[in-house]
Amino acid sequence: MEQKGSSWDVVEQALGLGQMEEEGLPWALGVVLIEDRVETDASFLLHQLLKRSLSSNPSNTIIFLAFSHPFSHYDRILRKLGCNLVVHRENNRLVFLDMRLLQCPDGDEGKTRESGLVALYGKIRKTIHALPDDKKNFVIIMIDDVSLMEVAANGSLDHILDFLHYCHTLTAEFKCSLVMLNHEDIYSNMERPTFILDMEYLADVLIKAEPLVTGLATDVHGQLMVLTNKICHGQGSSRNKKHNFHFRVKENRVEYFYPGSRT
Amino acid sequence: MARTNPRTSSFSRNLSSAPSSQSPGLKCGPNGTVVVSSGIPDLDKILGGGFPLGSLVMVMEDAEAPHHMLLLRNFMSQGLVHNQPLLYASPSKDPRGFLGTLPSPASSKDDKSRDREPEQEKGLRIAWQYKKYFGENQNNFDGNRDCSHQYCNDFDLRKPLERQFLSGQHVDCVSIQDSPNLDTIRDRCATFLNKLSRNDGSITSAGRIAIQSFCAPQCKYSNMEWDMLSFIRFLKSMIQSANAIAVLTFPPSLLSPSFSKRLQHMADTLLSVRAIPDEDKDMAKLLTGYQDMVGLLNVHKVARINTQVPLILEATTFSIKLQKHRFLVLECLNQAPVDGSSGTSYSKSSSCSGSSKTGTLDF
Repeated sequence: MEQKGSSWDVVEQALGLGQMEEEGLPWALGVVLIEDRVETDASFLLHQLLKRSLSSNPSNTIIFLAFSHPFSHYDRILRKLGCNLVVHRENNRLVFLDMRLLQCPDGDEGKTRESGLVALYGKIRKTIHALPDDKKNFVIIMIDDVSLMEVAANGSLDHILDFLHYCHTLTAEFKCSLVMLNHEDIYSNMERPTFILDMEYLADVLIKAEPLVTGLATDVHGQLMVLTNKICHGQGSSRNKKHNFHFRVKENRVEYFYPGSRT
Repeated sequence: MARTNPRTSSFSRNLSSAPSSQSPGLKCGPNGTVVVSSGIPDLDKILGGGFPLGSLVMVMEDAEAPHHMLLLRNFMSQGLVHNQPLLYASPSKDPRGFLGTLPSPASSKDDKSRDREPEQEKGLRIAWQYKKYFGENQNNFDGNRDCSHQYCNDFDLRKPLERQFLSGQHVDCVSIQDSPNLDTIRDRCATFLNKLSRNDGSITSAGRIAIQSFCAPQCKYSNMEWDMLSFIRFLKSMIQSANAIAVLTFPPSLLSPSFSKRLQHMADTLLSVRAIPDEDKDMAKLLTGYQDMVGLLNVHKVARINTQVPLILEATTFSIKLQKHRFLVLECLNQAPVDGSSGTSYSKSSSCSGSSKTGTLDF
């Protein structure tokens, strides 16, 4: 662990997590958008945030919308990171919603929408309302694959954007955070990639995972770009910072380091 | 000698629940997964054991060459040899006809000529006083080899699969050409996978689904992109909770780029095949064994089930070769030395005939 200084902390610093925890504040991350590509999977960031939020503050509650993998997959990964999801689920600190079979084929009809995304939003809202008052501000909503959500909605982007916008209002209402993963390269060939641009506009923090230009190596699995464009509530000063890291994913942790700092 | 007596240490893995003891087609993979063979020994080695159960494998086709069929054939044959249920869907009129073209596992005589040579060489090098250990190891080694031999066969592409494997009740074929939407294939997949649902601990058999040219333009639904995506999403979530594996090939060049990327993101394991032109003098100069190559295989993504660590391969591009016009082998690309001798196989045990000759004359 001699690399501790250059490990997860650098990303935490970029997100400003440590400071919020010291002051006992909830993670006011706002909307975090993680973008990845076919070559570089960024789901490890979700695992890290999941682990970090469950272990750091006992008030944190996570609502996890799983579109791509079943619970057993996340359970096994988080167990290797030292976090038992089954226990957290039993203690209601993790609300795991398996959305893999969600189908809301035609969003235009009021009836089907009731069973689709609107119902899903209702569920999230109800979950937050059911929490005791002192925990309401410590909610983190995670969506593991927005592009699969689009497929579930049969490509009606407006409904997804509506849903995300509603979730966004929750972040304002309860100061909770929304973390979502999407794939950048799906949209990169479109003439008007409105959907991803809208998502980026919503995001307070944008994390992009990309492969190295020189290809993947065993000791560097890719690079991260963290863009924060929000007003830091502590200092009142506007931060618009960009950080670049390289990362290497291991079973029990992820190493982050500045480019070139590894020999 | 911990290997011969695995129960002495309390840290040893409990082998009683290992599925390999029950059925030959299954093997314990990394991270608590169970893997099945792809039907190509070299591909299994590259992917770290084979295709994990519950994963969706996609193969991107070359629009002008049928190389994906090579992978599909071996995959299907391997399943039939292991008596595993199979569902095959194709855009042709008569998908059952394709079963007649499946290759048969090579007879043991052929195998011997391939595998025995390095062993003999090994025997000569071992000093006589270690003979007693050697006997033990030899047994071990043979046992392992038999196991892996059963797990994954070498297929002789010239010999059709015997009728007995095809006559079983567990082979199901669907034509996806004429159906106006994806409901038929969705229902067939659902009924096929319901029989294989993962509810109890012991895995006795694994189902294989092979879907050829899923988005081919001759299919009537080929302009309904979202329907196709939602079918694949459905298939993926069904597979994840079943003891089954699906291999799906699609022609990316006929699809819109964003649609193709969506499919690639949905795949757990993503491969692509490409033909190589016959007369490309520059390539021939650059690569050894260019004449024997029939195509190139690219590994874009390796399934990451129950783990977050990506498997970084030494090489992602492999050449597809037909050894003795019979066996499909994958080799790392080698830059040509001046004399242009043949390259080494990815797996040392199945070194090809050209280089084994130089091996025996090694001094």
